[in-house]
Amino acid sequence: MFDLQWLLIAIPLASGALLLIWGKEADRFGHLIGTAASAASFLFGVVLFAALLGKDAEARSQSTSLFTWIDTGTFHVEMGFTFDQLSGLFVLLITGVGTLIHVYSIGYMEHDPRRRRFFAYLNIFVAAMVTLVLASDYLVLFLGWEGVGLASYLLIGFWQHKPSAAAAAKKAFVVNRVGDIGMALAIMLMFAQFGTSAIHAVNAAAPGAGDGVATALGLLLLLGACGKSAQVPLQSWLLDAMEGPTPVSALIHAATMVTAGVYLVVRSGGVFDSSEAARTAVMIVGLVTLLAGAWIGCAKDDIKKALAGSTMSQIGYMMLAAGLGPAGYPFAIFHLITHGFFKANMFLGAGSVMHGMNDDVDMRHYGALRKAMPITFATFALGYLAIIGFPGFSGFWSKDKIIETAFGENLWVGLGALLGAGVTAFYMTRLMMMTFFGDKRWKDDVHPHESPKVMTYPLIALGALSLLGGLLLVGDWIVEWLEPVVGEGEHHELAIPAIALTGIITLVAASGVALGYFTYGTKPIAAETPADSSVSVFTRAGRHELYGNQINDAVVVRPTTHLTRFLVWLDGKGIDGFVTGLADRLGETSQFLRKPQTGFVRSYALTMFGGVAILVLCLLAVTLA
Amino acid sequence: MTTFWLLAPIMVIAALGLLFARKAVHAALALAVVMISLAILYAAQGAPFLFAVQIIVYTGAIMMLFLFVLMLVGVESSEAVRETISGQRLFATVIGLVFGITLVLAVGQTVTGVVVGLGAANENGNPYGLAELLFGKYVLAFEFTSALLITAALGAMVLAHKERLTPRHTQADLAARRMREYAETGRHPGPAPTPGVFARHNAVDTPALLPDGTPLEESISPSIVERGQVRSGFDDDIDTVVDQLATDEQRDSDGFGGEK
Amino acid sequence: MNEYITLSLILFTIGAVGVLVRRNAIVVFMCIELMLNATNLAFVSFSRQHGNLDGQVAAFFVMVVAAAEVVVGLSIIVSIYRTRRSTSVDDASLLKS
Repeated sequence: MFDLQWLLIAIPLASGALLLIWGKEADRFGHLIGTAASAASFLFGVVLFAALLGKDAEARSQSTSLFTWIDTGTFHVEMGFTFDQLSGLFVLLITGVGTLIHVYSIGYMEHDPRRRRFFAYLNIFVAAMVTLVLASDYLVLFLGWEGVGLASYLLIGFWQHKPSAAAAAKKAFVVNRVGDIGMALAIMLMFAQFGTSAIHAVNAAAPGAGDGVATALGLLLLLGACGKSAQVPLQSWLLDAMEGPTPVSALIHAATMVTAGVYLVVRSGGVFDSSEAARTAVMIVGLVTLLAGAWIGCAKDDIKKALAGSTMSQIGYMMLAAGLGPAGYPFAIFHLITHGFFKANMFLGAGSVMHGMNDDVDMRHYGALRKAMPITFATFALGYLAIIGFPGFSGFWSKDKIIETAFGENLWVGLGALLGAGVTAFYMTRLMMMTFFGDKRWKDDVHPHESPKVMTYPLIALGALSLLGGLLLVGDWIVEWLEPVVGEGEHHELAIPAIALTGIITLVAASGVALGYFTYGTKPIAAETPADSSVSVFTRAGRHELYGNQINDAVVVRPTTHLTRFLVWLDGKGIDGFVTGLADRLGETSQFLRKPQTGFVRSYALTMFGGVAILVLCLLAVTLA
Repeated sequence: MTTFWLLAPIMVIAALGLLFARKAVHAALALAVVMISLAILYAAQGAPFLFAVQIIVYTGAIMMLFLFVLMLVGVESSEAVRETISGQRLFATVIGLVFGITLVLAVGQTVTGVVVGLGAANENGNPYGLAELLFGKYVLAFEFTSALLITAALGAMVLAHKERLTPRHTQADLAARRMREYAETGRHPGPAPTPGVFARHNAVDTPALLPDGTPLEESISPSIVERGQVRSGFDDDIDTVVDQLATDEQRDSDGFGGEK
Repeated sequence: MNEYITLSLILFTIGAVGVLVRRNAIVVFMCIELMLNATNLAFVSFSRQHGNLDGQVAAFFVMVVAAAEVVVGLSIIVSIYRTRRSTSVDDASLLKS
């Protein structure tokens, strides 16, 4: 049965191709096909996962090879897939959340004339993402990696008639290319060093390859992960990516694709375990992104961008956990899954709010929406409680474990993660207060209403998952489940008991909530965004995404533009000038030389006779000399 | 040596005549003078066979050919005075002078050895000695020259030959064709009718009249018909003549009558 | 001896200049004949100088070849005249650029 795991990819891929090819007749029912394909893939994933549960721990890695992709001499790549504990969880997350978002999109995109195309792209995304997680070879993984990049590009720019959307799509694509350089170089390095790019082989060979190779490989993979997961310094595209339709933001830019970097780091555990430097780099990147994302989340008035900042921050948590080594891997994955639930839930909730507010994204125009949209409010509140780490909710368990492990690694890293938890609670409270509480600040022509059932049912399902996601940790199930894949982590003894640390974390989060409440819940909020000059320097920096775009412009874009202009100039004036100049000179010389070609025989004869005369003179000169 | 000094100036002057003669016939005559003089110089230098060949081949055959061709082309054809290529004459003269003077000076500076003379070689007679060489040492080249001459003769025939592409028409053929056309298309076999003749007109534009008085279009050149310049000839002619006569009478009675 | 050679050279030069300055193809041809004759004179003179008949044989061959050349050349002139009604060498300048 595991030999058929390629069906997980083939079903949505075939559906996507079908929707793109079929044409206008499919407009009426195309979304149903797309949703059904995603659901079928999910059901098959559940069947496979159940079968995996029934096996012994050693037999839970099921590999299959579809065909030999590349076979030239020593360069051998199988189109192989592995369904094991890690990829199984991912398949369930991708297809499960994906199916819910498909259902949601039926309602959200109802009035869009290009809905069929939207579902085709969503299907292609699901296929590519499943390819990414099932791949048993880095090259196959790269195929899925690029596939999700393509789907992301197409979906961010789905409303391509908006220049901002088209620009955001291009930006995401280009920034991802920078990360892909890292991926591509990493794969080449694997070929050069190990002669293979099979994931298990590389991870097995990495410890014996020497520190330098492992570090280079790790840093290159980290560069790829940074690009895909919007980690500092390649974070700038994620906030712009909110130009895409909200379900896209929920599925691709919150729940699944952006977490691919975390998956990559965990998958390449063998490499990162062999290099202390690479592991530390992952940890630092995670910590920096965690705080930067939280900072941005505090300052943005655009609900989607605030959530995007939060996504960056939460992925920072996962990166941080992944950087903590085998001890952190299960918690990175655990947080990834719970985050997939509650963040998708909140993005879809935000989409539901926008749906009722005439697609207005500015939170300053919201307020007091809890009565107008009770279901949206309730499910959003579940997500909110999960992300701030309210005891019992999924986010509480996953974040608590990460911070605990971080303290085990290093006190300062732990304090940073703890600070992040407080800031998270603050900005999420701010978001809740501005959106659902306080006074009505609606525009006159806006009449908020609850979304249709096709949109609220997925919200309810995701809300329930946000609440119950923590069950995965019961009896350390997820740690033991993932242990064969990620290895057993050493357990650091903390200076204080774990229960006390949990109390401190909850206290910090509670103070963040309190600060948020007193800042935004008790005072009226201006309906217009205050000017940059009237806010604090921290808010200003957060609003401008910590000047990431400006830094990119100054460091990369402008020098490159100047270099390009110079090269164009050099090409035009220098090289072309030389070549065309040569041709021109040749032409002029020819024009000059053709003048003696009069066609008169006597003229030619004169030349010949002159030559003879010169020859005689030369002979004479030679003889006399 | 007397022969040489006598002939050399004549030859140079004749050669210059080749340069300056306006008419091609004069140039041919000057060339004939040079050639005959050369023949004499050959004889003077112990080459009696070449003397004969020079006279027979050059002055006899080649010069005759030239004159024949001149006759074909036209004896009077003389080239235009204007030089077509600018500077050609000047450069040709300058280069010629440089070439000639250099070589003449070079030869003048050369010291030649004792002249052996052909006494020994011509022991059995000059033709005998030549024949021995031609049919011995140079027999292969000699045979090749025969091939060359035959080829040249053939080439000249091919070049001068004019191919007739259509059979020649005799007068009987033309007459038969005219009659056949008359039978098939009704085209008149005889000459076209002449235009009408009137005292008042240049009659080529006035058609001839048939016995019943109608004009005959074919008697006018088609190009005049095309231009619309045909005159009917008799519509108003009578009136014009009557008017003319009346004014003439008037004038007679006015002018001359008073005098009477 | 030198006188004969000098005369030969003068005749040759005159012939060469004639080829260059005359435009009537027939006269140009005559000038070429003059050049050939001038070389023949040199051949005969050198034959006497060296005391063997090889030079005379060479002159003989030159005469034969000249005869063949004149036949072909004149027929070319005739056929050109037929088509172009002209014997000027400048009129046959189709190779002009």
